[in-house]
Amino acid sequence: MFKRFVEWMDARIPMTKTWNIHLAQYPAPKNFNMWYVFGFLATIVLINQILTGVWLTMNYVPSAEGAFASVEYIMRDVEYGWLLRYMHSTGASAFFVVVYLHMFRGMMYGSYQKPRELIWLFGMFIFLVLMAEAFMGYLLPWGQMSYWGAQVIISLFGAIPVIGDDLTLWIRGDYVISGATLNRFFALHVIALPLVLVILVFLHIVALHEVGSNNPDGVDTKKPKGTVPDEEKPKFKFHERFTSKKDIVDSIPFFPYYIIKDMFGFGVFLFVFCYVIFFNPEMGGFFLEPPNFEPANPLKTPEYIAPVWYFTPFYAILRAVPDKLFGVILMFAAIVFLALLPWIDRGKVRSIRFRSVLHKLNLTVFAISFIVLGYLGTQPATPVATIFAQIFTFLYFAFFGLLWFYSKREKTKPVPERVTSK
Amino acid sequence: MKKLLIALMTLVPSLVFAAGPTVPLDEAEVDLHDKASLQRGAQLYMNYCLGCHQLQYHRYNRTFEDLGIPQELGEENLQFTGQKAGDRITNNMSTEAASNWFGTAAPDLTNVARVRGADWIYTYLRSFYTDDSRPFGVNNAVFPNVGMPHVLQELQGVPEKTYEERMIDGKMKDVYVGIKTDGSGRLSESEYDQAALDLTSFLVYMGEPMLLEQRRIGWFVFGFLLIFTLLAWFLKKEFWKDLK
Amino acid sequence: MSNAPVDKGRRRFLTVATSVVGGAGAVGVAVPFIASWNPSAKAKNAGAPVEVNIRKAEPGQLIRVKWRGKPVWVVRRTPEMLDGLSKIEDNLRDPNSEEPQQPPYAQNKYRSIKEEFFVAVGICTHLGCSPSYLPSGMGEHVEGVESGFFCPCHGSKFDIAGRVFESVPAPLNLVVPPHYFVDENTILVGEDKGQA
Repeated sequence: MFKRFVEWMDARIPMTKTWNIHLAQYPAPKNFNMWYVFGFLATIVLINQILTGVWLTMNYVPSAEGAFASVEYIMRDVEYGWLLRYMHSTGASAFFVVVYLHMFRGMMYGSYQKPRELIWLFGMFIFLVLMAEAFMGYLLPWGQMSYWGAQVIISLFGAIPVIGDDLTLWIRGDYVISGATLNRFFALHVIALPLVLVILVFLHIVALHEVGSNNPDGVDTKKPKGTVPDEEKPKFKFHERFTSKKDIVDSIPFFPYYIIKDMFGFGVFLFVFCYVIFFNPEMGGFFLEPPNFEPANPLKTPEYIAPVWYFTPFYAILRAVPDKLFGVILMFAAIVFLALLPWIDRGKVRSIRFRSVLHKLNLTVFAISFIVLGYLGTQPATPVATIFAQIFTFLYFAFFGLLWFYSKREKTKPVPERVTSK
Repeated sequence: MKKLLIALMTLVPSLVFAAGPTVPLDEAEVDLHDKASLQRGAQLYMNYCLGCHQLQYHRYNRTFEDLGIPQELGEENLQFTGQKAGDRITNNMSTEAASNWFGTAAPDLTNVARVRGADWIYTYLRSFYTDDSRPFGVNNAVFPNVGMPHVLQELQGVPEKTYEERMIDGKMKDVYVGIKTDGSGRLSESEYDQAALDLTSFLVYMGEPMLLEQRRIGWFVFGFLLIFTLLAWFLKKEFWKDLK
Repeated sequence: MSNAPVDKGRRRFLTVATSVVGGAGAVGVAVPFIASWNPSAKAKNAGAPVEVNIRKAEPGQLIRVKWRGKPVWVVRRTPEMLDGLSKIEDNLRDPNSEEPQQPPYAQNKYRSIKEEFFVAVGICTHLGCSPSYLPSGMGEHVEGVESGFFCPCHGSKFDIAGRVFESVPAPLNLVVPPHYFVDENTILVGEDKGQA
């Protein structure tokens, strides 16, 4: 019965073929470590966001008059509405957690290097769209933080010379943030950006499956055809799409091995995720900020405005610069430099395991800078804090400058022919 | 690098306190399982607060149900504004009138516990003191120049700021030690503290009415996840034997 | 790669167990999504029982109230109207109200608790229009019948107890909602007596 159904389908759509190429006979390097679970988790969180988002839309009212009350309506009157909302709000933060870790994985193991530049670029676009999506979503509850956060971020565009003021007016559609702004953000948040996001994720994966995954050793697991003796080839059957052009070594089929491993990682992730949802949905004011439980009031700014935590590293860079325009430029540069990493890094060795001490140090300082900037962005800009923000902004950018210099003639360790795992 | 980190660590407290309140807050030991306390808090709220502060996102009958108050009893004793049991908890004060009386509209308090925190409310309720320079004759140590009268004065009595002389840096100085009342209130000091706690608990409930259910489901989910994750682990180990 | 034999039984058990537990988890996750489609507290409270004051109702008058967003009629019937009920039973589809279109306490000749007061949901059982009340002049539609309800949409006809006539589109008698007399002058629509 099932077999006949599959045959019927296969005659009409490449069902089994797709399953084999991308899962059952897809060769994945056998030495993935736990860092490799975050791509899978990002997909899961994306699905969570889309599902809970669709369900929230069913009761949300996108208007300046009704938005805040409708969120409270969801929290109080709709059966399990609070759970759907917490899944969505926690999912937003979880998305950035897994995406930041996913990106750092790529930086550690040189996953952005040739031939995976395009995967990295698609990833950076996903990151950008995700930031826009999160920013616009944060306006929708129409609380005090929603309102004033949006006010501050939209004002950033005012720093652009000549067109700045007209541009902010155009983005808002009003002289202040208003119902008009809310409605267009709503449309973009629930339809346009998710669509773009899903397409980009699709392209990200298509590009990945074309060249194949990198691994913690950064060693190619696809050797030139005919260079690997038969006894060294894995015992698994891989799709001829992969084996016809290359000899595959040290690889295992993605299904079932990595799917099962990811399931375990998924379980561990869910512990943390569900802890936040059920026991700490505000996450100490980082995931849901206390002032946002007050409805937006255009006449009264909360005592202290901070963006949600996932924007704070870039926000700290913005604030570190005394000049408005240059601050905005530097903030965007922080992302652009990241996107250009495949060309800034001129090294041939991918994995941090075989790169110089200097590089290890450089990347560590970069990671610390990012975290410290993230912390500083949540705090009021006292003079001392600003000095620290400037130091770490410098260190953040120094990473790219140093990398460009030393990577050309870096003293690396010898890279093994084959992956080193047991 | 290490030095920098240490310097940063020393920076942390100063930054945190920069945004904090000026008066140290007392800890409110809120117990949402204590239905009697919540019921007393609801009664206090409906009698003393609702006149100005609405709970416009929450409903009477849901409140009665969650607090274990029989519907008819609640309707008779806690509903004064002639609304139906299924209605939201509102008052008839217009924003305009409120602005005239208090200089600003009295805020809705449905979510006040989420905005300010339980400790803040608890301390605030116990921090009114007599101050003739204010329009209502009272001020608040936690919320300086607050634009509201001390509505619980008939319970607490007339509160005064009290100072004690203490030796500081070799000089005698008056140090603020807290608030004492003249004893004219209906409640003793500890009874008033309990009343403040009851009211605080009620507002904590109001901010997150689903909290107890949320926790209960949470533990259930953890139990489930434990089984799932363990099974996934064993399954992974079993399949990965192929690769050894 | 070892050649140790694979323990197929163990592998099968773990696969099935993980799938079953995972499936149960998926079902659990579906619960909030499905439950959130139930009427919310707002809808439920808007659909709460409605009190109707009948003290001022004149004989022959129809009082219209809204219950769960639908029109509910309370008709104070005249003795003539009540007398007319037994004369036309041959003409009706369900003269004895055998179909469950009313609570048990209204399954009688008058389809009401008190003869005088007829309570019904004013929605035609055909396609949901609201019929017109004709206290007199029903004879225009059914010969020899003085009063009743006529649906302008597709011409369905009901007598003054909401019973449907033969050969009209509507298949069933009008619905009598749960209701009871709180006191002499008040009817509560939407709840059976003793149900809280």
